Amino acid sequence: MSIIITIIIIAVLIFMWISIYNGLVRTRMNTQETWSQIDVQLKRRNDLIPNLVETVKGYANFEQGTLEKVIGLRNQIAQVPNANHDEKMELSDQLSSSLKGIFAVAEAYPDLKANVQYSQLMEELTNTENKISYSRQLFNSSTANYNGKLQSFPTNIVAKVHHFEPSEFLETPTAEKEVPKVSFGPDGK
Amino acid sequence: MLFEQIARNKRKTIFLLLGFMILVTLVGAAIGYLFFNSLETGAFIALVGGAIYAWLMIEQSTEIIMNMNNAQEITNPSQAPQLWNVVEDMAMVAQVPMPRVFIIDDASPNAFATGSNPKKAAVAATTGILDRLNREELEGVMAHEMSHVRNYDIRISTIALALTAVISMLVNFGSNFWFLGGGNRDEDERKEGGQFQILVMLLSVLLMIFGPLVATIIQLAISRNREYLADASAVALTRNPQGLISALEKISNSEPMQHADPNSAALYIENPFKKKSFANLFSTHPATSDRIARLEKM
Repeated sequence: MSIIITIIIIAVLIFMWISIYNGLVRTRMNTQETWSQIDVQLKRRNDLIPNLVETVKGYANFEQGTLEKVIGLRNQIAQVPNANHDEKMELSDQLSSSLKGIFAVAEAYPDLKANVQYSQLMEELTNTENKISYSRQLFNSSTANYNGKLQSFPTNIVAKVHHFEPSEFLETPTAEKEVPKVSFGPDGK
Repeated sequence: MLFEQIARNKRKTIFLLLGFMILVTLVGAAIGYLFFNSLETGAFIALVGGAIYAWLMIEQSTEIIMNMNNAQEITNPSQAPQLWNVVEDMAMVAQVPMPRVFIIDDASPNAFATGSNPKKAAVAATTGILDRLNREELEGVMAHEMSHVRNYDIRISTIALALTAVISMLVNFGSNFWFLGGGNRDEDERKEGGQFQILVMLLSVLLMIFGPLVATIIQLAISRNREYLADASAVALTRNPQGLISALEKISNSEPMQHADPNSAALYIENPFKKKSFANLFSTHPATSDRIARLEKM
């Protein structure tokens, strides 16, 4: 009798161990997926930038080096290894603010604003910028979820044994929280 | 909080469906007893018919509701890029699948979400909202709608709407019969169908009593608190209370909608008819000033 009970208890413990382990794998996978969402948007923005530079070049008078800086940042981001989240995001933030600068200057040129291609690009870029900041928010909440699991009992025991490492949060710069102040006129949509 | 709300909505939906089935079965039993002298047959036919009807309504609810509100589906992002992108963003942060997107050709700004579950959700926005709201404001509105989707608020309100539609149809039917029957003074017909007519009249009276019940069911299902909750969740998604505040201000300071369906009024982010007279007791939406006051405290 007591043998049967022992077997049942061991079976239950093994089952719990497996389901906790699977739960940890799932949440870790979740953080990786949300990071790849950010990465997809970074790539998308990188693809849009040459078009933007081509379009605005002829219209507006930018300060020396503004466009070159954007192109430079774009190339830098592409070279940062994927695992280096912090450096990638820091460059991305710089690129975001440079782009905001371009949009702000472009505001003064009605011809440019009326350009269909420009307004389409502007919508696409605004969309990508927003998606970057929202996926960053999502990354942090899934990271919080994963790290929380690592610390709570009894998950922490399983995590220790199988060497699950806590994931790092992405810092959100204060400027990034604001949606780019690009005004959409009735014709700018 | 979120899971409680989801559980509460799922529970309410079951009660609503149960209530509907009981009502239908009772009416069926009464008709069966009066006309065919068989309580069971009537009850059985009504139960089966009611179940099939409810299932069809739930399956088709998005089409039916969008149709009632003259909403056109857009399937290509280029038809309304900003709306499409904002909906996509908000679905992403709310972690729900991308809903179907509809546009209502109406100059008054308003929006709603519907569908029987988050996988089958749909959002509708008026052309007025697209013209008058900027991106941040639209984000606030769509985040509010996505919160309804994620909370399963859409399920309960959509089903309540689908089920009450049939009851109000019966009420109309009943009151028409009442007036027709009352006006008909033909002697022969009275003799032939006298009993029949009295029964139909009784039934009509019963149906007319259901009228207020319809409203009550909607009220029970769609409590006003869920609007506050959706506002709060929306801010949790966008991290930007100001967008929703100014959207609500713009929406509430506008003219009423032209072609909104009266039964669907409770679905919209703001009452599309702007009626203030019925006081707060029966209104489906809390006062905008209350909502804004709560948002400002965040």
